[in-house]
Amino acid sequence: MAPPSYYMILSAVLFCIGVSGVLLRRNVLIIFMSIELMLNAVNLAFVSLSRAWGSVDGQSIVFFVMTVAAAEAAVGLGIILATFRNRATVNADEINLMRW
Amino acid sequence: MTNTFSLAAITFDWRPIVPLLIVALGAIIVLLAGVKVDDRESEGLGWLSLLTIAIAFCTALAIPGNQQISFGGALVADGYTAFFYLTILFAAAIIVLMSLDYVAEEGLPGGEYYSLVLFATAGMMLMAAAGDLIIVFIGLETMSISVYILAGLARTSPRSNEASLKYFLLGAFSTGFLLYGIALIYGATGTIKLHALSTLATGVPAPMLLIGVGMLLIGFGFKIAAVPFHMWTPDVYEGAPTSITAFMAVGVKLAAFAAFVRVFLVHLLGVQTDWSMVLWVLAVLTMTTGNIVALMQTNLKRMLAYSAIAHAGYILVAMTAGTSIAGAAVLYYLLGYAFTNLGAFAVIIALSRRGHPHELISDLRGLGTREPALAAAMAIMLFSLTGIPPLAGFVGKFSVFSAALNQGYVALVVIAVVNSVVSAYYYLRPVVAMYTDEGGAEVVALSSRPALIAAIAIAVIATIAIGVYPQPYMNASTSAFASALSKPPLATTASLRP
Repeated sequence: MAPPSYYMILSAVLFCIGVSGVLLRRNVLIIFMSIELMLNAVNLAFVSLSRAWGSVDGQSIVFFVMTVAAAEAAVGLGIILATFRNRATVNADEINLMRW
Repeated sequence: MTNTFSLAAITFDWRPIVPLLIVALGAIIVLLAGVKVDDRESEGLGWLSLLTIAIAFCTALAIPGNQQISFGGALVADGYTAFFYLTILFAAAIIVLMSLDYVAEEGLPGGEYYSLVLFATAGMMLMAAAGDLIIVFIGLETMSISVYILAGLARTSPRSNEASLKYFLLGAFSTGFLLYGIALIYGATGTIKLHALSTLATGVPAPMLLIGVGMLLIGFGFKIAAVPFHMWTPDVYEGAPTSITAFMAVGVKLAAFAAFVRVFLVHLLGVQTDWSMVLWVLAVLTMTTGNIVALMQTNLKRMLAYSAIAHAGYILVAMTAGTSIAGAAVLYYLLGYAFTNLGAFAVIIALSRRGHPHELISDLRGLGTREPALAAAMAIMLFSLTGIPPLAGFVGKFSVFSAALNQGYVALVVIAVVNSVVSAYYYLRPVVAMYTDEGGAEVVALSSRPALIAAIAIAVIATIAIGVYPQPYMNASTSAFASALSKPPLATTASLRP
């Protein structure tokens, strides 16, 4: 088995891809996908750390994170849909009724 | 770390969770009852929610002041938990009171509205009672997901949509940071239990622990709207229905600070030298940005959003000090802040009419002659936010600043006081408009909205009472924070140690 640090590095790389996706992309759906990628990077970190520590805490947390991510997806897609109905756009730059 | 899992070592004390379960149960009942109720006649659901909150409030009073750990350390029942339970429930009750007419008039779906308010309240209470980091996360998400929906509940309003979307995207983004922080802390110490953390996270900290604590700070920073994590605040506060804005400004902030203070000021004191410098910088940035940008606002809700940012900065001043006096000062400050903001937003609701939100400062013109009582209430709230004695805001600011001064943060306190002076300009502008100008918005006869009057009256009385006679509230804050600091009973700690 590869040493735990490999998994941690992979998780950090995935998290960074997620963060840069949120900051750089302008499509709301892609931003949301990037956020999901961040959460999954965290799941990977929890599972590998759980293995490294030999405790089940980390693994049980992953279930909570997945449940919350699913709830968030349901609500988030609903919100995106409601916005699309009124504005007919999913571009974050065009959703700018309020500024300063 | 052992792999064994012994149920015998875990104590199931139901007391800390009873108020929370009552609120959650009430939320489900309201949701089911809401199916049968027309949106224009949702007041009954509001009264049902109020009843739920009242029952939960009574059971929360029964939580003992000394520390009890239950559910294997996942939940903590102590004076601190009880303090925040009671404050959050009281705030939620006032929110429901001020929503009764507003929700029916705006045609918001009543069943969803009240049940989501109750679900969010349950999440907030969970954050206050959290004894491990994952419970903090679950509470935070229960609260946040409910509030994302609430912010966008006016589905046909593009501004409400936009507020909800922005809050959701940035909220979920910050959740990622919070979780990654928890993962790294778990990696560095092998535990997510707060009590175990306070003994493990000492000495020279591992880089992994420090990065984890930093990520946790980013996650909390988003929720309390600290600069530079505040970008969502003004847009979301402006776009959301006003009663929900009040809920976000008060409830969400109370809960976020409840968890933030418990994690950092109680259990992460071992790495205090590392985070207090970061908090110093955050406090200065938050106060200054909040106050300066607030100077330019013409919309009351947006102005109060920047004011909320500035107030988070004042609280961070005390948190930088990190002593037990500072912790008590934060609790007292939050109490005064909660009632003051509830009152201010309730007055904005009183100004509004269906289709005419009347949220501009210019809408307040001449209110002093047309509705003297309403104008007086607004003036008291704004004076309290400025920090003029003898109101709650003054005593709060005084205790927060003196706690920081005690620890020798002179420069920080000077910056805070200068900020406080600057803030007087934008807080007093609406007061001047109310009493000297003419020709603002017409107000619906207040006598037709008794619940709203009650909400405003309670907020005004509380703001004055907490300020004029601060001693009992100060004592409550001090003993609440002291009980969070105390070590748990020995028998329970043994099973928590790795």
